[in-house]
Amino acid sequence: MTGERHRGDSGAAPLAEPAAGLSRRNFLGLASGAAFVFGFYLPLRKTSEAAERAGYAPNAFIRIDSQGEVTLIMPQVEMGQGVYTSLSMVMAEELDAEWSRVRVEHAPADVKHYANPMLGDQATGNSNSIRAFWKPMRQAGARTRACLVEAAARSWGVPSAECRTENGTVIHDPTRRKSAYGALVSRAAVIEPPQDPPLKATSAFRLIGQPLRRLDTPEKANGKVRYGIDVMPPGVKFATLALSPVLGGKVARVDDRRTRAIPGVRQVVVLDDLVAVVGDHMWAAKCGLEALEVTWDDGPNGRVSSELIWSRLREASLREGAVAKEVGDVAGTLGSSTAPVSGVLTATYEMPLLAHATMEPLNCTVHVTPTSAEAWIGTQVMERVHAAVAKAAGLPESQVNVHNHLIGGGFGRRLEPDMAYSATRIAKRVDGPVKVVWTREEDIRHDIFRPAYHDRLWARLEGERIVGWKHRVSGSAVLARWAPPVFRNGVDSDGVDSAQDIPYDIPNLRVEFNREEPPGVVTGFWRGVGPNNNVFAIESFVDELARRVGKDPIDFRRAHLNKTPRLQAALDLVREKSGWGSALPARCGRGVSAQISFASFIATVVECEVDKSGEVKLRRVTTAVDTGIAVNPDTIMAQLQGGHVFGLTAALYGEITLARGRVQQSNFHDYRMLRIDQIPPIDIHLLRNDAPPGGIGEAGTTAALPALRNAIYAATGVALRRMPIDRKLLATGSERT
Amino acid sequence: MITLVVNGERRQVDVPADMPLLWVLRDVLGLTGTKFGCGIAQCGACTVHVEGKPVRSCVLPVGTMGSRAITTIEAIGATPNGARVQKAWLDLEVIQCGYCQSGQIMSATALLDAIPSPDDADIDAAMAGNICRCGTYVRIRQAIKHAATEIGSS
Repeated sequence: MTGERHRGDSGAAPLAEPAAGLSRRNFLGLASGAAFVFGFYLPLRKTSEAAERAGYAPNAFIRIDSQGEVTLIMPQVEMGQGVYTSLSMVMAEELDAEWSRVRVEHAPADVKHYANPMLGDQATGNSNSIRAFWKPMRQAGARTRACLVEAAARSWGVPSAECRTENGTVIHDPTRRKSAYGALVSRAAVIEPPQDPPLKATSAFRLIGQPLRRLDTPEKANGKVRYGIDVMPPGVKFATLALSPVLGGKVARVDDRRTRAIPGVRQVVVLDDLVAVVGDHMWAAKCGLEALEVTWDDGPNGRVSSELIWSRLREASLREGAVAKEVGDVAGTLGSSTAPVSGVLTATYEMPLLAHATMEPLNCTVHVTPTSAEAWIGTQVMERVHAAVAKAAGLPESQVNVHNHLIGGGFGRRLEPDMAYSATRIAKRVDGPVKVVWTREEDIRHDIFRPAYHDRLWARLEGERIVGWKHRVSGSAVLARWAPPVFRNGVDSDGVDSAQDIPYDIPNLRVEFNREEPPGVVTGFWRGVGPNNNVFAIESFVDELARRVGKDPIDFRRAHLNKTPRLQAALDLVREKSGWGSALPARCGRGVSAQISFASFIATVVECEVDKSGEVKLRRVTTAVDTGIAVNPDTIMAQLQGGHVFGLTAALYGEITLARGRVQQSNFHDYRMLRIDQIPPIDIHLLRNDAPPGGIGEAGTTAALPALRNAIYAATGVALRRMPIDRKLLATGSERT
Repeated sequence: MITLVVNGERRQVDVPADMPLLWVLRDVLGLTGTKFGCGIAQCGACTVHVEGKPVRSCVLPVGTMGSRAITTIEAIGATPNGARVQKAWLDLEVIQCGYCQSGQIMSATALLDAIPSPDDADIDAAMAGNICRCGTYVRIRQAIKHAATEIGSS
């Protein structure tokens, strides 16, 4: 999901079909339901018209009540990345709101008002919430503030230019008058907001840049928080489901006699592709499902295996791909793929299928009646869920209401509405509300997986400089399924993200994309998206090139970054902070990675030890980051720490494999996660400047894999070419099997 | 009918004896702060205290509970160490998505109850059963140490 480029590709039109009329009704419903609320933009016609022109309405974000409480309606979802707090800070900054009186509310399904302008959809992804809403949120705050100032100025009979604002109050210093925002809302409501009010200079920020406490965490510490999985509508029943063990298979026959005999089981639902058991509680549903005798029709995928997927990918990688970028004379520098000129170096790198394994298993609670459907879920794609529920219920979208929740881990899994669609199809056959919860086993086996990739790279060195570079990415095109209009000319812009815009200055450069879908496997976005694969391949290959010319890996990178001083500065800082170059014990090594991904400049050093059996012990992680203006520096550090753990987990353990069409992993015993006893110190160092903010939620994941891979390379001399790490390749002497 | 003592109250539930405590808490008693993560005692999201000891409620048959006191995240703040841990979690801004944190807080509180000044090895041993997919481990370790200093100072 490379937002900017998509928007360029698709013009101003949103990718999703706008729900005409729906958004306004929803918004008015929201407003009229709040008795004391004066939405400044409630005379909504103007903003709605603007919305129709621009594709989104920037002013549906703020509500202030007569008591002065400020409610910010969040167009992006909170899944742990801290965006409810950081977006609120951005808006409250320009509004000059009193921070202790800021509350947040989930946005309803309403693509017209709450679309992400970089994605053209009501979606949270690609680490771009702050980038996408930096200007709209500041403008919303500034416009609102201007109306409050004007309202106060008129009531005092003074020029508005003589008034200032501070902490939720308008102040007129010459007459020493003050008015709290709450007291001004009815007057402000009739004032036309200015279209382009001045925004604060960065030097005037008083909230942005502060490590403010998060708004969402207190209730997460005391058990009061309600995730989607926690909702309890009156009379709710509980269901769990099973899909065909062979991906894409169908139900052939079901014998439910044993299931019906289990106490607490209320109903068995059999659909063409799934079975579900409904009970008084999850335990009854789970026992009932285990007792169900299902015969599956395996369908066409019964012979799919990891070997088949890899052999197809490797074969595909021999084809010329669609050209994503070409600069200079690549053919002259490198020759052709089949007849390279002498001295061309080549390597291939592979990344496996991965599951998301969010801690909150997939779930959706739905109540379908003949005339309505109501759903409760935590999702990254409200409007897509809304549409999926309507479709599954067979109802017009106007009769469907979806409630979003805080999310117990998204990582891209909740950019899909499949769980809402399945749950609604089940709920349609159940009297009253039903909470459908996936077991961990179903959640992993029927994930929408991170694609497997095979990357083939060529390079030529002249002296210590890379003069020619070709990078061919072969793998699934997630965008071709998720946002078909932006898959153009055979190039998946996510699939080549961070490859076509490689940070290094190389005069002759070609980047290709080769679409090859794994048979029977649906692929999707996973934390780090396309850059995960590309940064791994690039940074691994660059490390091998540095070694070939005998240069220090940081010096080698730096020499190719003279046009990118921000990344050079990150490398310099990480060199200083990581103890780079100091002596290490035997079989220990440090590896570096550098990237410009999600518009943040990051250099990471991982230090590790590889024991004789090939087991890798993490010793230390150090990162230097320049993400421009750091809205909430503490959140940025937390995201990088967590992102690193996510990436290191994938490097050490992550792989989904298939045999006979079945996913072979099922739960945390065979799809392992890093645990606290394996976690080294992780230090994050911020480079501060006034550049516009970059993205950060996925960047740490992307950086961690190649840095660890290169640390292993330094420790052992083994150039790993695929993830996860193969301990057999790293074992020494008799330990090697 | 099975009688349980949950957060200091006697509760009667009409459920099978082999039903794991997790689902009784969540689906029958409506105490949804305790989380379902794996169902096989691998992730620790369902951790509660039984007589002050941390247990994985997803594999604990409710019929074995008898009159032993069950404490969940909803009531742990009423204990001195529970309150310290919750405060440390917020002071150090440990939490991200938060889904695993009920279990983390229950495990950490039990650790401090047993060892008021845990070292890194104690923390590893007590906390390695709790997975955090957001990767908040560095701060969990810091917050436990932070909470431990509060014990010393109070």
